[in-house]
Amino acid sequence: MEKLKEVGRPVARVDAYDKVTGRAMYTDDLCPKPCLEARILHSTIGNGVVKSIDVSEAEKVPGVVGIFTCFDTPEWAYPVAGHPWYAESKKEKRDVGDRRLLDPRVRIYGDNIAAVVAEDTVSCDRALAKIKVEYEEYPVVYDPIESMRGTEHPVQEGKPDNVVAHTLAKTDDEKLATMGYSCVEDVLTDPRYHHYKLHMETGEQSQVHIETCTSYCYEENGKIVCVSSTQIPHICRRVIGQALGIPWGDVRVIKPYIGGGFGTKQDIHYEPLNAWLCKQVGGRPVRLELSREELFFGTSGRQPKSFDVEASVDDDMNLRARSIKAWSNTGGYIHHGHALVLNSVNSFRWLYHRQEDAIRCEAWTVHTNGPHTGAMRAYGVPEGNWAAECLMGDIAHDMGWDGVEFRLRNAIYQGYVDEFSPGNYISARTCGLPECVEKGKAYIEWDKKKAEYANQTGPVRHGVGVAFFVYKTAVAPFALETATAAITLNQDGSFQLQMGATEIGQGADTVFSQMAAEAIGVDTEDIHIVSFQDTDVTPYDAGAYASRQTYVSGTAVKKAGEKLRAKIIEFAAGLYPAAQGDLTLRDHAIYDTVGNRVCGLGDLALEAYYNTEHNDQLHARATANVHTNAIACGCTFADVTVDMPLGLVTVNKIINVQDSGRLINPKLVEQQVHGGMAQSIGFGLYEEVQVDPKTGRVLNPTLLDYKIPTTMDVPDLEAQFVETDDPTGPYGNKAVGETPIISPAGAIRDAILDATGVKFYQEPMTPQRLFEGFKKEGLI
Amino acid sequence: MDMRILKCTVNGKEVQVGYDPRESLLDTLRNRLHLTSVKRGCEVGECGACTVLIDGVTTDTCLYLTDWAQGKEILTVEGLQGPDGALDPVQQAFVDEFAVQCGFCIPGLIMSTVEIVRSGKTYDRDELRKLLSGHLCRCTGYQDVMNAVERAVEYCHERLGEEEGQPVR
Repeated sequence: MEKLKEVGRPVARVDAYDKVTGRAMYTDDLCPKPCLEARILHSTIGNGVVKSIDVSEAEKVPGVVGIFTCFDTPEWAYPVAGHPWYAESKKEKRDVGDRRLLDPRVRIYGDNIAAVVAEDTVSCDRALAKIKVEYEEYPVVYDPIESMRGTEHPVQEGKPDNVVAHTLAKTDDEKLATMGYSCVEDVLTDPRYHHYKLHMETGEQSQVHIETCTSYCYEENGKIVCVSSTQIPHICRRVIGQALGIPWGDVRVIKPYIGGGFGTKQDIHYEPLNAWLCKQVGGRPVRLELSREELFFGTSGRQPKSFDVEASVDDDMNLRARSIKAWSNTGGYIHHGHALVLNSVNSFRWLYHRQEDAIRCEAWTVHTNGPHTGAMRAYGVPEGNWAAECLMGDIAHDMGWDGVEFRLRNAIYQGYVDEFSPGNYISARTCGLPECVEKGKAYIEWDKKKAEYANQTGPVRHGVGVAFFVYKTAVAPFALETATAAITLNQDGSFQLQMGATEIGQGADTVFSQMAAEAIGVDTEDIHIVSFQDTDVTPYDAGAYASRQTYVSGTAVKKAGEKLRAKIIEFAAGLYPAAQGDLTLRDHAIYDTVGNRVCGLGDLALEAYYNTEHNDQLHARATANVHTNAIACGCTFADVTVDMPLGLVTVNKIINVQDSGRLINPKLVEQQVHGGMAQSIGFGLYEEVQVDPKTGRVLNPTLLDYKIPTTMDVPDLEAQFVETDDPTGPYGNKAVGETPIISPAGAIRDAILDATGVKFYQEPMTPQRLFEGFKKEGLI
Repeated sequence: MDMRILKCTVNGKEVQVGYDPRESLLDTLRNRLHLTSVKRGCEVGECGACTVLIDGVTTDTCLYLTDWAQGKEILTVEGLQGPDGALDPVQQAFVDEFAVQCGFCIPGLIMSTVEIVRSGKTYDRDELRKLLSGHLCRCTGYQDVMNAVERAVEYCHERLGEEEGQPVR
């Protein structure tokens, strides 16, 4: 791989200084206080209709400015998912709108039915307590299978069976006929092969960013301004416009630093309501901050899913066919809808579809009265990976095969092309998976530990486990991919870089600066990135999701940088006609073809700004409309101790090794991997939003009852990489941000199986479930 | 409700500020003194993002009434830098070890680390993990945070050693 100058450097984060000194400003830090406060009245039923709301007593609470109910807000619905919008010519691709600002039709427990605006939060809460609501209540359904049988009052109008979408992709019968089969089922049940039939489940994980969802709105110059902790400022602007029924140009969204998002803030949850409330009180600043408790039911966690999986495998470790049926519970609202479960079943297919004659992927997304769910880091893939890896682990265990060898024999490889995706977009042009596996095996001492941990007895046992993963980069070809970057030469020879893409903690600003420096031919330290997005001035970009920014927005940065470099050289050539031959830019200066220094970059910049005859502010702007995709892959190896009577799993050692293409900043990629691994340890072992199936109410909406890993719960996390140079990435890079959350949970499950011989299918593997599992097998 | 006046020392300076007696110290520091490094993550003492030192002891300010802070000495991240803007060794360690991602939990973690290094005691990594377990961070998996805390202890011991002219163990 050709060595690059700025790309690949482990430069310090451009935002680190401000973040350790408290200077970095987040949404609430900027809010002009005191300002008006808004709080929401949530329904105390899980399904039904609001018959009436009596606010007469609440209005008397001192400090109350206004109370607005679901009978006051506009009646139209709007879409909230962080997906691209489409022009009239492609309007069938647009997201469905099923959200109203406040809605008398209650679909989930805690639905938004009224809001109070008051001088302070105490007055808000006092008023909320005095609002009287009369409901007509319907029965609650939480199980998607039950919901699909139809309910008397469908969750959303026009969907009598509560099914949002149903898709099926399977190997052509014609192709199967050439092998002597009539359908996929024939391969699955071929008597020559071993047959597997399993059921798995994954729960709702909550993102638990430490900054809650918060925004404040005010009017200025006839426009509504919304400052929000969002991953997707430009989409936020459009959704506010749609929700309020006002021109999008009348909305301005500002996104400061944000305290984590992980997908929650890839939905537009409360910004439109905040903007509307602001308008109702004459454009005065109104702040709307969700409490920690509200986040658990008022925003969208990871969709709970269940899977029926079948497989056939021959004696030589070759998978012959697999089938997956997936049911996804999207709760009362569609949000990201079917895209999530499609990611589950697609990644299930891609990961091990190497030797197979047949594959079948069927998926349903279903409305229930459970909390609405949506995007969370890796967007459906950890769930599909759980299903894929439970299957692989069971087969290897039962057949007495080495789990690594079995997986490698069937895993995705360089040159793999997905036959079910449009065009040949989903193809592994690069795939460093075998090298990743070698590194992981060496770190965990796979062969040695396997031998050491064989034939254990007693209540406390040890095991090692493995899981692989695959992940696509960005959303093409399934959806629009576009990003714009703008770079300006400053008077001192430094550069101003403006992105519509957002820094959400993942280090985007730093890697964009490195890529800009690489493209222009200067140092990263010469780039000043504008971190905040302001939709009035920043270029358009869809925002932070799908591990897309370094790939898609990075392509825009590279284009803009190269364009600006050419402009600088052209300007220098015009200014110094006597210079010999083609000019070049290096070491902060312009050189001619024989190596003579023509002028310094700083001097040239001054000419560009102030030359009385030829001044021209040198600036470049480029849009990248990306149509490619790239497959990232890798694996996790884990070493665990299982205390069976306690149902306690301790992760002793864990490593993620991944091929994310070329690493733009190796240290920042390590950061991403550590964080993802910890989130997956929580996903695998204890994180689960618990919902009462009778009422739809979230039972554990606090950080004490919904526990995320603390310093005590994770071991030292090892991150290693295999670099490849993907031809489609701007600098050979592929997805990074979401990938590390995919496979650790599966590797831990595999290690528990290795330690105890007990197979667990329900994620998270909580102490209670583990205890019951060991007891059932007679181990305790 | 009638306002009262808080008199205390904040980041080395004596301050007087009006407050609502129902108010938490978190809100007073953020909204009235504009010390926005003190972050609100849960408001019920679960996440540690609002940690400051009160008379040298780490405290969740969301659970601490402003009323109780009369006469106390309060230290936040804003008070750590030297007069010339130089970073405190703890802040420097968090930068050097890439411990910062979204940054929202970082001021609280830095304040707990300041308490640790000022104790003068030496802890092993497991003991440090226990001391910091009240801080939730969702970005880092704590890997680089733990490295930063160990590095901060090293920096502070080095500095102490230089001041005293001998290495400190």
